[in-house]
Amino acid sequence: MQRSKNDVWVGLFVLLGAAAILFLALKSANLLSMNFQTTYNVTARFDNVGGLKRQAAVKSAGVVVGRVDSVTFDDKTFQATVTLALENRFQFPKDSSLKILTSGLLGEQYIGIEAGSEADNLKAGDRIQATQSAVVLENLISQFLYNKAAEPAPTSGSK
Amino acid sequence: MKFIANIGFGVRSFLANLGHGAALFVRLMRLFGVTMRRFGLVRDQIHFLGNYSLAIIAVSGLFVGFVLSLQGYYTLQRYGSSEALGLLVALSLVRELGPVVSALLFAGRAGTSLTAEIGLMKAGEQLSAMDLMAVDPVQRILAPRFWGGVITMPLLAAVFSAVGIIGGWMVGVLMIGVDAGAFWSQMQGGVDVWKDVGNGVVKSIVFGVTVTFVALLQGYEAQPTPEGVSRATTRTVVVASLAVLALDFVLTAMMFSI
Repeated sequence: MQRSKNDVWVGLFVLLGAAAILFLALKSANLLSMNFQTTYNVTARFDNVGGLKRQAAVKSAGVVVGRVDSVTFDDKTFQATVTLALENRFQFPKDSSLKILTSGLLGEQYIGIEAGSEADNLKAGDRIQATQSAVVLENLISQFLYNKAAEPAPTSGSK
Repeated sequence: MKFIANIGFGVRSFLANLGHGAALFVRLMRLFGVTMRRFGLVRDQIHFLGNYSLAIIAVSGLFVGFVLSLQGYYTLQRYGSSEALGLLVALSLVRELGPVVSALLFAGRAGTSLTAEIGLMKAGEQLSAMDLMAVDPVQRILAPRFWGGVITMPLLAAVFSAVGIIGGWMVGVLMIGVDAGAFWSQMQGGVDVWKDVGNGVVKSIVFGVTVTFVALLQGYEAQPTPEGVSRATTRTVVVASLAVLALDFVLTAMMFSI
């Protein structure tokens, strides 16, 4: 009798442990919704992608519509080629434009896609022409400093 | 002269202990199949090591989750990114705190009782008696405890992490008022099933092997006196905890360095 009672409790314990692992996999790592959306790939060229990484979000009007599939460098055009995996249920016009944006001041970078006005929609393998590079903070600062230095000094008195 | 002789004696006994420990470890590993064929013994050990540790593991996990969430929120809101709280709580629990803290608790809660049990068996000459009856004490007594501990540890660590995440959610979302959608979606965006959750499970298996083996070795090698058993029990906690912390550094460096 003692034996069979132990069995039940050990079974419960193992079940609880398995449930915990399942919880971690499903709820915290989101195993289910990862591969269930079918996607189509489009590419785009950027002069500068900043800190854009794989798996970064592609958002339209703030809603996630896809993910960045890969970021590679093209040594023919000296530009970055970004492949986007957009979800099949979202269609965008052919002349949509891409922008690399930052969530918050120091947050992660993501791609914003703005719908164009053309009647045809993007298909798998298409290339989006209109792109806008990431804003690199260092360039902004150096530009600002350069402009400042070019101004005449306010205390020189000649004015 | 005596001094030099003492050094030599110390080194030799250290090497002898190391060799003895390694031999025992290899024997326990090779007894896996034999032990699993008599699963009743292992099951009783899982019941003793696992079910009775569940309360302390779950309660500690809950409070670690609470504290992690409070403290994490305090730091994150300075940088205006308090939505990342879920990610912070989940990653720290799944990668580090879950396996490590539950291994430390396991050493204190289950390791000590293993050492004391086997040490007392040795002091009462039960192990020698088994040997005389041609029953191998390593196979009959040590191996089921070892494999029971190895099976139990990852389950306990997973329970710790899961309860901790729920604790973090309770404090972060219910108490502080972080947005629930951001809490979960940031977590799901940043935690990888294989790289984070999977490596956490691998870690906890390694810690299970370490803690259980240290506890068994200390009990098996204990001086067969009341004093010797008490010393061995203390050593179990000290050695197992240090081994877990040192191994954690090595494993983290190997798994997450890039």
